[in-house]
Amino acid sequence: MNTALIVGVVASSILSGTSLLYATLGELVGERAGIVNLGLEGILLIGAATGFAVSVLTGNPYIGLIAAAVAGAAVNLIFAYLVVERRANQLAAGLCLMFFGLGLSALIGRPFIGALIGGLPRMPLPGLAVNGTGARLLSYDILVYLAAPTAGLIWWLLFRTRWGLVLRAVGENPASAYAAGYRPASLQYQALALAGFMGGIAGAHISIALTRTWAEGMTGGRGFIAIALVIFARWNPLLAIAGALLFGGAEALQLQLQAAGADVSPFLMNMVPYLLTLLVLIVWGWNRQSVAPAALGRTFFGVE
Amino acid sequence: MPASQSKGASPFGASMPHSGGPALLEAYGIVKRFGSLLANDIGFFDVRPGEVIALLGENGAGKSTLAKILYGYYAADAGEIRVQGARREISSPRDARALGIGMVFQNFTLIPALSVFENIALFQNDLPAVMRRGDLLDRIRAYSERFQIAADPWQPVRQLAVGEQQKVEILKQILAGARVLILDEPTKVLAPQECDGLFRTIAELRAEGFGIVLITHKLREVLDSADRVAVMRQGRIVDIVDRARVSQESLLELMFEGALTAPSRPAGVPVQHSGADALTLAGVSTVAGAGEVALRDLSINIRPGEVVGIAGVSGNGQRELGELILGLRQPRTGTKRLWGEDASRWSTATVRERGVAAIPDDPLALACVPALTVRENLALGTGRRYRAGFAVDWNRLDGDMARSFARLGFPRPGFETRAATLSGGNLQRVVLARELALNPKLIVALYPTRGLDARSTMTVRALLAGARNDGAAVLLMSEDLDELFAISDRLLVLYRGTIAGEFGPADFHPEAVGPPMVGAGRKSDAA
Amino acid sequence: MPRSAALCLESALGAALRFALIALIAFGAFAALLMAAGMDPLKAYLDTILYVFGNGYGFSELLVRMIPLLLTAVAAALPSRMGLINVGGEGQLYMGAWLATAGALALADQPAFILLPVLTLLGFIGGGLWALIAGALRALRLVNETISTLLLNYIAPMIVSFFIFGPWRDPQSSSYPQSPAFADAARLPNFLHTRINAGLIYGLVCLILYWLLMTRTRWGLEMRAIGGNPEAARQLGLPVFRYILVVMFAAGGVAGLAGMVEVSAVQGRLVSELSPGYGFVGFLVAWLAGTSASGIVVMAFLFAFISSVGDILQITQGLPFAVINVLMAAILFIVLGRRPAGSLAR
Repeated sequence: MNTALIVGVVASSILSGTSLLYATLGELVGERAGIVNLGLEGILLIGAATGFAVSVLTGNPYIGLIAAAVAGAAVNLIFAYLVVERRANQLAAGLCLMFFGLGLSALIGRPFIGALIGGLPRMPLPGLAVNGTGARLLSYDILVYLAAPTAGLIWWLLFRTRWGLVLRAVGENPASAYAAGYRPASLQYQALALAGFMGGIAGAHISIALTRTWAEGMTGGRGFIAIALVIFARWNPLLAIAGALLFGGAEALQLQLQAAGADVSPFLMNMVPYLLTLLVLIVWGWNRQSVAPAALGRTFFGVE
Repeated sequence: MPASQSKGASPFGASMPHSGGPALLEAYGIVKRFGSLLANDIGFFDVRPGEVIALLGENGAGKSTLAKILYGYYAADAGEIRVQGARREISSPRDARALGIGMVFQNFTLIPALSVFENIALFQNDLPAVMRRGDLLDRIRAYSERFQIAADPWQPVRQLAVGEQQKVEILKQILAGARVLILDEPTKVLAPQECDGLFRTIAELRAEGFGIVLITHKLREVLDSADRVAVMRQGRIVDIVDRARVSQESLLELMFEGALTAPSRPAGVPVQHSGADALTLAGVSTVAGAGEVALRDLSINIRPGEVVGIAGVSGNGQRELGELILGLRQPRTGTKRLWGEDASRWSTATVRERGVAAIPDDPLALACVPALTVRENLALGTGRRYRAGFAVDWNRLDGDMARSFARLGFPRPGFETRAATLSGGNLQRVVLARELALNPKLIVALYPTRGLDARSTMTVRALLAGARNDGAAVLLMSEDLDELFAISDRLLVLYRGTIAGEFGPADFHPEAVGPPMVGAGRKSDAA
Repeated sequence: MPRSAALCLESALGAALRFALIALIAFGAFAALLMAAGMDPLKAYLDTILYVFGNGYGFSELLVRMIPLLLTAVAAALPSRMGLINVGGEGQLYMGAWLATAGALALADQPAFILLPVLTLLGFIGGGLWALIAGALRALRLVNETISTLLLNYIAPMIVSFFIFGPWRDPQSSSYPQSPAFADAARLPNFLHTRINAGLIYGLVCLILYWLLMTRTRWGLEMRAIGGNPEAARQLGLPVFRYILVVMFAAGGVAGLAGMVEVSAVQGRLVSELSPGYGFVGFLVAWLAGTSASGIVVMAFLFAFISSVGDILQITQGLPFAVINVLMAAILFIVLGRRPAGSLAR
């Protein structure tokens, strides 16, 4: 195993895991407030399509990125209206969002199929010597560099601020939060706006930074992987970093293994995140352990 | 004869008189009605600084209602509340807390997944946007030491034992500014060894000048830790006395005297005992999950043609006992026999098939499916009887059930109506009709007349007695001593999951039966 | 009793009218969106209506699209009567297809009257076992079935892909991976000269059995009791554990049949893109139908119609087919928005 191979795998994992991490962090915040969003895939798609479209139109990927984030937040607020205000079933509302995202993104992206953009510029890790392969492999766009710090920021928000404490209380027991004088609905709207913002960023990373194109359904189920990842990371933003690397690395690892001569089917590798998550859930169920926010989704996470 | 407690001072703390000063809380002329029920009619009640005042009474005496009025959960129909001498309106718990009144319920409002610190912080009025440890943490640590809370402030509350959680709940109220602390039956959720910890905490608070209202029905607690005792009966405060001037006997007298008259048993009812016991429990113990009561070394036998009554304050194992008999709960040790056969492992369906019927206290939640029609509900739990291939033999069911309603003297409800639209009393009648339709040989009745009007109550009692006369065995669990005295052939007292007393008809008086229900020693039959 | 029948009809008509209004609003909103994108939605609507109702072939196309929806809708509706949420129709469909393919390839030289029943059975078992995983986890109180069926949805297509790219790869098609074509004997026949395949019979049979089960048998009664009040059901001695297992297996089996129909009748082989979301749309159909059998037929028809609109939009106006998902979302949005519980028939 030479270093180039290892570095290659790590680099791919990091690239692939970045959008996964943003999506996971967003969903995590929403779930900490007690709302499951099965339509996360829809948000990602809208982010990807919007980001790409605006990048092409303005020629500036950063503006595209911001547009994607805003679009994601806006659409997630519609979802928030359904589940918080109208008290709709979260599962059904999530499906609604998923369908909506699938369709709207196709509509937005259609005129831009085949367009190519320069994408988010990549910058080498500061301080790295200008070693040919190294500099090329270890150059990332700004979203990658901000990914882990964002996870840290979310952690700090959740566990070191009053906002985060109240948010977590809402996700555990809205009645107690209300008794303590806070308004659960307001917190949930805020959480979902943030979640949508990050979902939009996650989607945009795929279209603007990774592939630099648009194709229908290009997020490929990442939204659902992110939902699984939230569980796997036990609703902890810092663990999500490791999880995103792990889950994002599955594909990267498989490619490298194939290049090294090992014949591992990509499909088996891609199954791993889901199987792992299922396993984790079974173990928790066995131990009667639930680290999920107690009021999460109500219909979603109880076994009663 | 149990040694009566001397008028000694409380072992836990100052035998000094309460630190003087104006009352923290006073209530004048509080009246509260729920429909036609007069829940509270209080002339005067007060809480002074540095004291523990016990609110003592049986279930249904109105203790909780008064507390909830003081805490702003209910609005009194009449009366006035003064906090530190000034008249105040308390229209919600937040108002109460703002005025320095805190209440600890049996269901804590702690959030299990959050840490001790976070739970307390959440309740603070002036939490900064960026949380810093600082002052709050120091105060928590200081109190933790005094209350002997072993838990680290960063531990999630769910890892704490119930007794510790309760202390955290108390701490939460205090650090949010309470000066009056109302504790609603705090030992109900505690294991015996945790009670000491609670009372030490109470003593600490008392020494610091807090006013504690201890709601309880347990005499031991009152005698050990209260400074004054307010005895409630049927919504009224009968008396408020200093601890120094009471004894177990005098308190019992205040709690029970004259309120209940032992009704005469119906004369000339033959009690038949034929054949094997219907139900035999021998040394049965069960495992208790969270919020449940473990049965301990329980032995009961019921013969055909007798009514065995189980008296006890609810929450001492009645529900668990019913589930055990019905096969919903397995005995961990001991055996359960039905008509001589070892039924310890029988499924509920089998138990019912063999002739056991269940009459629960909450038919809507436990015996009916509200979304289904009355007819469909009548078909449930009837085993093989109405099977006709894949379908249900509706005609036969209709016939049998109609006969059952007629025999019981109940008006027949529309069978097509959804069960959800029926009133509580009508639902209970449907359940009774169904359960009694197939002439069960053992009837397990758990608070069967709870929530029913007087006429329905009489009907149910007559039914149970009638079933007994027809040779069925009946186990009747009730909180209503009148009811138990009226139809039981024998009476057992259930306390903390075990039998605390057994009485024959000659001893059917509240003075005899009451004490074991509240954990006090038995009065000798000879006295 | 004529009076209650009349009341039934009246409330059914009322529900139908309310829903027609919802559909109208949704179609209108969708049209507005398309117009903003520079399209001509009204022409598309008109074209679709003409195509579907004015044309025998068009109408038969509609029925073809309904078939998988009927099956996946029953797969979602059946467990829902017991309070179980099965969103795993996708995965169960794939696993039914997979097992049926295994049978088709292994028994390729058998005659049709043996092969077709066997494949049907295999399709049912494949989907049933896949759903049973989630059912067992739920019955053992380990994992909630909503999330386990969801996760299993993503694993199943990968298993299928694994086999298509690997052991079952058709040596004759180098362009893209798929299984070898099924023998003629393994193909479900079509009716006359239309594309309507015998899967329609499967769908209708399943619907009728579902209706009979729920309204005429004691099992249906007990399932509804468990769904309505699981604690009371337990107290009355109903074998809840057993019911969870059996019902999830049956539901998965029905979805598995949809998979079998796809590979046997429609595709003629196992391919990696078997289902454009039939499982999810089927769940939606069942949910909107309030789990009534006739409602399922109506909703399946509506969604098949929407699917045709999508095709027309794609062919005549160059819009990607996926755009009609917005229309489906709009219908769901309005339903969710006006009644918190969501379902119409409640």
